[in-house]
Amino acid sequence: MNSAPGIAFQILQSVFVVLAAPLLTGWVNQCRAWLQNRSAPSILLPYYTLAKLFHKDAVFAHDASPIFRWTPYILFGCMWLAAGIVPVLATGLPFAPAADIIALVGVFALARMFSALAAMDIGTAFGGLGARREMLIGFLAEPAMLMTLFTAAFISGSTQLTSIVDTLAHREFALYPSLAFAAVAFLMVLLAENARIPIDNPTTHLELTMVHEALILEYSARHLALIEWAIAIKLFAYMTIGIALFAPWGIADAGDWSALPYAFAALAGKLALAGAGLALIETVLAKLRLFLAPEFLSTAFLLAVLGMLTHFLVKG
Amino acid sequence: MGVLSSPLAGSLVVAVGWLVVAVLGLVPTNNAFFARRIAFPLGALAGVALAAFGLQAVWLPTQALTLPLGLPDLPFHLRIDPLAGFFLMLLGSVSAGISVYSAGYFREEPSGRLALISLQYHVFLASMAFVLLADDAYLFMVAWETMALSSYFLVITDHRQPAIRSAGFLYLLIAHLGAIAILLCFGVLHGGRGDYTFDALRAAQLQPAWASVAFLLAFFGFGAKAGMLPLHAWLPEAHPAAPSPVSALMSGIMLKTAIYGMVRVIFDLIGNVRWEWGMLVLAVGAATTLFGVLYALMQHDLKRLLAYHSVENIGIILLGLGMSMVFIGFGHPAAGVLALIAALYHTLNHAVFKGLLFLGAGSILHSTGLRNLNDMGGLIRGMPRTAFYFLIGALAISALPPLNGFVSEWLTFQAALQATVIQHGVVRSLLPLFAATLALAGALTAMCFVKVYGIAFLGQPRESAHPSPLPHAGDAGAMERYGMAWLAAGCFVLGLFPTSFLLILNRVGVSLTGQGLSEQALAGSGWLWLVPTAAGQASYSPVIFLVVIAAATLLAFLLVRRFYHGRVRFAAPWDCGYPEQTSRMQDTADAFGQPIRHVFGPIYRMDRRLPGPEDTEPRYSLKVEDRHWYWLYLPVARAAEFVSSKIALLQQGRISIYLLYSFITLIALLVFVR
Repeated sequence: MNSAPGIAFQILQSVFVVLAAPLLTGWVNQCRAWLQNRSAPSILLPYYTLAKLFHKDAVFAHDASPIFRWTPYILFGCMWLAAGIVPVLATGLPFAPAADIIALVGVFALARMFSALAAMDIGTAFGGLGARREMLIGFLAEPAMLMTLFTAAFISGSTQLTSIVDTLAHREFALYPSLAFAAVAFLMVLLAENARIPIDNPTTHLELTMVHEALILEYSARHLALIEWAIAIKLFAYMTIGIALFAPWGIADAGDWSALPYAFAALAGKLALAGAGLALIETVLAKLRLFLAPEFLSTAFLLAVLGMLTHFLVKG
Repeated sequence: MGVLSSPLAGSLVVAVGWLVVAVLGLVPTNNAFFARRIAFPLGALAGVALAAFGLQAVWLPTQALTLPLGLPDLPFHLRIDPLAGFFLMLLGSVSAGISVYSAGYFREEPSGRLALISLQYHVFLASMAFVLLADDAYLFMVAWETMALSSYFLVITDHRQPAIRSAGFLYLLIAHLGAIAILLCFGVLHGGRGDYTFDALRAAQLQPAWASVAFLLAFFGFGAKAGMLPLHAWLPEAHPAAPSPVSALMSGIMLKTAIYGMVRVIFDLIGNVRWEWGMLVLAVGAATTLFGVLYALMQHDLKRLLAYHSVENIGIILLGLGMSMVFIGFGHPAAGVLALIAALYHTLNHAVFKGLLFLGAGSILHSTGLRNLNDMGGLIRGMPRTAFYFLIGALAISALPPLNGFVSEWLTFQAALQATVIQHGVVRSLLPLFAATLALAGALTAMCFVKVYGIAFLGQPRESAHPSPLPHAGDAGAMERYGMAWLAAGCFVLGLFPTSFLLILNRVGVSLTGQGLSEQALAGSGWLWLVPTAAGQASYSPVIFLVVIAAATLLAFLLVRRFYHGRVRFAAPWDCGYPEQTSRMQDTADAFGQPIRHVFGPIYRMDRRLPGPEDTEPRYSLKVEDRHWYWLYLPVARAAEFVSSKIALLQQGRISIYLLYSFITLIALLVFVR
């Protein structure tokens, strides 16, 4: 497993995810523009934005502490790590045993904690507001996410994402009721964790409703670019987790170079569909009031629990 | 030389050494200097030695010793086995950090008072060591009561304040309720055979009903000391009342002696664990966990908040213990040992990070005189080092990788995922739900510590205290910092090298249940990999995790440095372009808890006063109180008061009446004796 091809696959995948993540964001934005009858921006727009931000002068508030300065890098590091754990193109990656699904949830929690702390660092009203709301959504989404992942873990008898995907990808195609429940729950968590409608609106700066944007309000230039990039990687990672759990067919084994083009094509197709689906959801749904978020996420939690119980009852 | 080769004799020497240090502090004339420069550092050294002896004891066969002390025909028995060794290691290593900190913390105490604090402090430490070493019910109870009394006197150090006196009284009351239950439990186990050594209690064959009675008594008695629901009420009162190093000792170590007692009595003395007991422990554990963290989120007094988090963490430990009992009760000792290891690992972790957090709170209190979060803000600028250590503690308690809190939660999750081996359908589906409780509590803890850290250390200094001490707040002194650094290093060591502790705890599990982790688990584990069941099923490598995350963070930093200019300008905060903003517009601790009050409203008892539209001086006030006071404590207190007022009728204050009582008693006795 720890062979040279395995490590090559690991590095290839990590670099690929980091570079391709903004493309997914661009694709979602493009789809959304089409659905809303607007003329769509270029799919490469996120890259232009990142390049523009990197070239600007950074502005800090006078009292910014080291936590504020380091958080963008830590966020980026966390998401990069997540991108290394998730089997995007291949299973059996050498790094994967170092962190299982519980650790993966832990990485996202670590990133969330630091972004909330950074938001409170400057001492503005919006920063505290954003931190509070972000942690609210976080503590509701995390148990639901864990329950979803536990359902998959019970099915495959392992908490390692690659083993789970191996098991799920190689069993016969059928509709498993436990996974169906888990998939719906996971989708709801994905929307909440990635600051998407109906929980948050990634394009708004309206103070009454914003969550995620309030967190990063004080950031500019290269720090903002890193955060935006990290967010793109997070969306990519969540989508690939979803694909790995609920539609894993076509994934390659690490070191199997011949399967790589096929795995790559399958991934591109699935991501394109998932991105279009996300744009559709964001177009047809309205944003919920903040205090309906607990209901939304507890529904997700209950669905995940139902999925797990279904697994115990029908073994499927 | 024999002392050094025998962990039992070594631990005994350390415990007696603590007693000697305690008494010596009273002798010198300049005893403030003595306490600070000699007593506390000596106590810390003794702690390190005790940790080494405990560690040694885990790997050696059980040793026992009978002391020629105690009552005639009732000598003290001592014994050290892996379980006691593990807890001695916890006591020694954590108390070492706290003692070093105390050497710096008590620098402004008047010397007479300091000598007393040092006396009680070291008696407290020694009594905890004797609780762990005791091998008969008699010595155990003596040490247990010494522990309760010495900590009571430490809690009421500032006894001139009435609030502190009543907090101390509440503590003493609940401690004694618990002690009575423990005494009764030993009585049930003993069954009238006249031998109170643990060996005899262990050998007793109880009927299932009596075993359950003994379990309930032990669970209640030790639970009262540990702070489980609904006997937790003393914790948020007593912890803030005590000086901070004492809070750290009580929360970090003393609560753990209760966990030790629970494991010792239930797993070792009673034995034959039943799964129904486990379900009760799980239910109480889940309630304690959620209740603790939800009330912690409502607090604005930093030390009260930390005390409620101790309640929560005791709940997490109980979840692990309960799972272990369920697995063992159903006949799956391998999974049971894993859950037990998770619980004990969390016991050690909580001791380390909660000790660290209480010490951090103490430094804030020392430097600013503040305990109310709503008066703080921006402390990271004046106290950067304290802020750094506190951040480590906050990340650790929030169960974030790669620090230690995550490891024990991870192990607990892994234990819960073993639920498939259980045949009982309902129990099998309930175990993962308890794991979900743990997940929820972990995420809520993260929210709570974002609140604590964001409000105390980050942001702008709040100006509600007049004159605000915040601009002049200096960092903690050198000794205080060394103490915190020791515990912060513990958070890293426990987080990064979990396998060595897993092996230690596996020895404990083997000594208690006769079985350890599976062969595959031990084969797959190295210093790099933590493998609790089998390599394909679950693994975690905190070192690789840390290296990768640090490398990715640094790489991002260096790449950005390399390819782009590093220009930075400083300006006023942006805040959506609002120029008039002041430090009062920041979130307060109460504001931060508002979403929680909204979501979990029925759990709290709230008294909220909103200003009306016509108020010329609008004021908003909110008081959140513990519901248990109203449905449990106050009715019980009223009933006790009623009964005592009736009994007080006997007290007439006239000597002839008392003589009459004596006369009646004599007559009654004569009637009975004949």
